[in-house]
Amino acid sequence: MGQRVAMTGNIAVANAMRQINPDVCAAYPITPSTEIMQQFSSFVADGLVKTVLVPAESEHSAMSACIGAAGAGGRVMTATSSQGLALMWEMLFIAAGNRLPIVLAMANRALSAPINIHGDTSDAMGARDSGWIQIFSENAQEAYDNLIQAVRIAEHLDVRLPVMVGMDGFIISHSIESMELLEDEAVRDFVGEYIPNRPLLDIQNPRTYGPLDLQDYYIEHKRQEYEAMKNAKSVILEVARDFSDRFGREYGLFESYRLDDAEVAIVVLNSAAGTVKTVIDALRADGVKAGLLKPRIFRPFPADEIAAALSGVKAVCVMDRADGVNAVGGPLFPEFRSALYDSNPRPMMINKVFGLGGRDLGLHHVREVFAELQTIAETGKIETLAEYITVRN
Amino acid sequence: MAITEVRWHARAGQGAVTAAKVLAEATMAQGEYVQAFPEYGPERMGAPLRAYNRISDKPLTMHCQVTDPNVVIVVDSSLLGTQDVTEGTPEDAVFLVNTAHSPEEIAEKLGRPVDRVVTVDATQISIDCLGRPIPNTPLLGALSRATGLVGLDVLLEDLAVNLKKKFPEKIVQGNIASVERAYKEVKGI
Repeated sequence: MGQRVAMTGNIAVANAMRQINPDVCAAYPITPSTEIMQQFSSFVADGLVKTVLVPAESEHSAMSACIGAAGAGGRVMTATSSQGLALMWEMLFIAAGNRLPIVLAMANRALSAPINIHGDTSDAMGARDSGWIQIFSENAQEAYDNLIQAVRIAEHLDVRLPVMVGMDGFIISHSIESMELLEDEAVRDFVGEYIPNRPLLDIQNPRTYGPLDLQDYYIEHKRQEYEAMKNAKSVILEVARDFSDRFGREYGLFESYRLDDAEVAIVVLNSAAGTVKTVIDALRADGVKAGLLKPRIFRPFPADEIAAALSGVKAVCVMDRADGVNAVGGPLFPEFRSALYDSNPRPMMINKVFGLGGRDLGLHHVREVFAELQTIAETGKIETLAEYITVRN
Repeated sequence: MAITEVRWHARAGQGAVTAAKVLAEATMAQGEYVQAFPEYGPERMGAPLRAYNRISDKPLTMHCQVTDPNVVIVVDSSLLGTQDVTEGTPEDAVFLVNTAHSPEEIAEKLGRPVDRVVTVDATQISIDCLGRPIPNTPLLGALSRATGLVGLDVLLEDLAVNLKKKFPEKIVQGNIASVERAYKEVKGI
């Protein structure tokens, strides 16, 4: 069906964009996502896509141009990382509030200062409350598959929200891996033709986007945005089912890896989940009931499903490759812990902030976390609730 | 599951990242699962650089760094004095070094058994075959012979297909000739 290739996450994502063939793509280059737009601009120059490419003067302008183009009725995509996403911050809320189905490919990277170009999810966590749907990817294959599905999720009339799809900067964006590229025609059929909903360029039916909205209606519009985010959960699953029916790869709200009978489990996003799987296989061979919950969808946050999946586990470590610097743990931790609050039974939970700025998470680090979880499961006692690992003391 | 991990030691600009990519593509063509990734630091020509491969008959899920490679390839032998190319390697790791020196001389320098060290003068071979010192491609030929990690036929076919996309026939043929010569001339097998 598809073609087995060895390519980097960035090139895989650029190929997904080529196959999706958006109407408009406005972007500003930033490491490690630069290669996505570099490759995609070659596709534009070679006439392989019909996309109007807008090289903007900043990420703020790039997102502004995306908002204008999406409001006009175009299918719109962009890519960024780190400071680029941070500079878009103001416009992210406008894209979501105006219910514009923009799709953003994100090579996750640390935020300054100190300046660092490597992979962590600080950038995405800065945008977690912007009203964008957030999807995360373990490897190049998932980044590619997720981006293709993101188009249908964003454009679904029950949703109409922008979507960002993350993968770890460098670790995935710049690493070559074996994966499958789908056929161009199959991707085009899957995403379908874009039918704009209430576009500005429909001049027979004039409309306004982004007018002043005070005490009279602002909260109703925000409530609609909230309902759309709630709707997104079932749409994400529906799109995943169709993807799996056509292409065979299954996706959900999160991936449960050997979790059904697990006594100890790790929750972790992106590429680190793959490293954790390797350790789980080894531990299972030694009779340790270890498992993984890898969130795919962080917004909307699938709290009920997470609670059901983790309720029976004795001890869970939520691992954050970002720190919100609230001094009690990384950004995933309070949400996962809160999701389990009403569960009975519920696991004991700890948090580790790890791998900031691309610091390696080795197999031995993961083994140490599982060993600590086993002790917690046996003794019922937590020594340290939240701490940094993979760090010098 | 057998995973082979390869570490490349080179200087930026010598084509080690490209070589790791070619090795990934060729071993994937053999039906294996592959990874190829460089270590990104300050990017300047001539700076010491490491690149890595993982090759396995089962899907690879780990995304940590390669810390204890089974195979070490030294593209620039001037690094032998400044970099610890044996770092983290098990006792039975294979070292492939681009040098005019013999495996015995290099084994002594590395402090490793001579039967785990192979050498090839890949720089001279590339000058002869391509007119330029680009040792990465011939090293792949030597690697094929020394480890059997990638079949010579698969490697030559992959190079022929991929180089043709970017380079004229003369350069494609020069690369193929350099791989064949390094395959024959590698010492210490």
